[in-house]
Amino acid sequence: MTLAEAFATVRGAETALLLPYLMAGLPSVDHSIGLFETAAAAGADGFEIGIPYADPLMDGPVIQEAGRRALEAGTTMADGIEVARRVTASTGLPCLVMTYVNPVLRIGPVEFGRRAAGAGVEALILADLPVDESGPIAAGLAESGVGMVQFAAPTTSDARLQRIAAARPAFVYCVAEMGVTGERDRSGGRARGLVERVRAVTDAPAVIGVGISTPAAARAAAQVADGVIVGSALVRRVLEADDAAEARAAVGRAVGELAAAVHGA
Amino acid sequence: MTSRPDDRGRFGEFGGRYAPETLMPALAELEGAFDDAWVDAGFRSELDALLRDYVGRPTPLYAAERLSAHLGIRLLLKREDLAHTGAHKINNTVGQALLTRRMGKRRVIAETGAGQHGVATATACALLGLECAVYMGAVDIERQALNVRRMEMLGAEVIPVTTGASTLKDAVSAALRDWVGSVETTHYIIGSVVGPHPFPFIVRQFQRVIGEETILQLDGATPDVVVACVGGGSNSMGMFHPFVESGADLVGVEAGGLGIGSGRHGASLNAGSPGVLHGSRTYMLQDDEGQVVEAHSISAGLDYPGVGPEHSYFKDAGLARYASVTDDEALAAMDLLSRMEGIIPALEPAHALAWITREREALAGRTVVLCLSGRGDKDVEQVAGLR
Repeated sequence: MTLAEAFATVRGAETALLLPYLMAGLPSVDHSIGLFETAAAAGADGFEIGIPYADPLMDGPVIQEAGRRALEAGTTMADGIEVARRVTASTGLPCLVMTYVNPVLRIGPVEFGRRAAGAGVEALILADLPVDESGPIAAGLAESGVGMVQFAAPTTSDARLQRIAAARPAFVYCVAEMGVTGERDRSGGRARGLVERVRAVTDAPAVIGVGISTPAAARAAAQVADGVIVGSALVRRVLEADDAAEARAAVGRAVGELAAAVHGA
Repeated sequence: MTSRPDDRGRFGEFGGRYAPETLMPALAELEGAFDDAWVDAGFRSELDALLRDYVGRPTPLYAAERLSAHLGIRLLLKREDLAHTGAHKINNTVGQALLTRRMGKRRVIAETGAGQHGVATATACALLGLECAVYMGAVDIERQALNVRRMEMLGAEVIPVTTGASTLKDAVSAALRDWVGSVETTHYIIGSVVGPHPFPFIVRQFQRVIGEETILQLDGATPDVVVACVGGGSNSMGMFHPFVESGADLVGVEAGGLGIGSGRHGASLNAGSPGVLHGSRTYMLQDDEGQVVEAHSISAGLDYPGVGPEHSYFKDAGLARYASVTDDEALAAMDLLSRMEGIIPALEPAHALAWITREREALAGRTVVLCLSGRGDKDVEQVAGLR
């Protein structure tokens, strides 16, 4: 199923897609593929595959640490693409890659798009690339049919939302909380209003992420958005696990609970 | 010569605004607030009065006669070390603190490497009654203990950063992360001509006073060479910018660390390549994967894997040239200035002086202006520990 087809199944309904984020190469390339497969079996509808970057400005302590460990283990861009290739092949679920702009510029957007498309990746999320700077990169990716996600934040003006809509994103990543990625006690307080403003300017799916860590928060997000991204809450379980089997069990359990919340809304 | 970046915040192909969406509205607000303030006579006169009566400007342009005779050149020192708090950083922090108040924000965050920007920010915040938090790498907290105590005495909270190499790059990243969460009530006083637009432009405008004063103090004479150290590059850009069309040879000196060939240095312009770091496209130290490579310098203020985008533009456009000196050369220059002139320079400008001493034969008989960007009290303990 493509990302667009998956979003079509929840459009207008009070349910949403659960799109877990996990880091490629954590705890190893093979084990990270296993974690994505576990999450698929537990009810995930698609994935954000994180490719580690040395200076992740938009990430809180959990994903910073995950990236540090993945890089220390020698994870490369090629490894990240390989994880995507194997996860799309084995799960059949839509996959996106999330990283930062510099590694993509280093390869070049056209070449990155070619490799990503070859691995079945549908779109790219770059945490430090606002719509203002995204034109050349989006154009490079489009040569291979790879899309771009655009961000919207509670601080984003309606005028900026118009520009974001005009960029024809694969979806609009609505930042639920001011701040970097990480778990929150409460969350999504400003997400509802933001999703409503996004819907007023574009038909592109609206997905809520950043700070969504509990089934209750995921359920609330699913009632207004087309998709829900959960990252730090899952990655933390991988970091805390003593071994790969424990990580798979913990991620499977957590994704199962989140999927029930998101799908049963 | 581009005085203002283009409407996408670029100097040629460098600069721009590679920032999380959450920050974009604040960057636009800051640009608007600066533009309004810069043409507001009331703002400018308040800034000028503070620079004169509080910072102690103009700082002298001092003819270093003993050292000149020793080197066989005519060496003039722009004494930013005599500015309040002991470095040029205060020129920018007073300006940005006034902007903070003008934008109605009550809290300020900053990053610091050597601690000079942190002290200057804490000082400006104390002056204007603003809450202040300063991110500082744990390694730098260790090697710049005096400045940590100063910041705390000034009422700022010093927040240790233990990610990455625990130095300046990591402190900038930590400050940016704070700002992503606090941007609606907090202003980020960035300490150099780095970061997403409009920061490189704003900081340069506030630091141009260094070069503008120097031109007045030269009384119509044009120096042959103007030299300054380059980490992020704020003292050098503040000095160079007014001299761009003067015909003077502008030389920026980067941290060569243990030598360029060792890979342990902070010489982004000499040994890096264009990429995106901390919100702007600029020369940076990176590997084949586009991962940031850690910098190294004996000087905490130059221990940074990037450089201001306008310097990248200056390099490619040939408006300035950039050299590097090693840790050891900088240490020797620190001693030289201390003993020949009774001026203990900070390790950062000691790099610029080290280039002059190395090139003294080529510079024989020339008039050379050195931006002495800060005093060396903060480094005395660290340097003593090396002996």
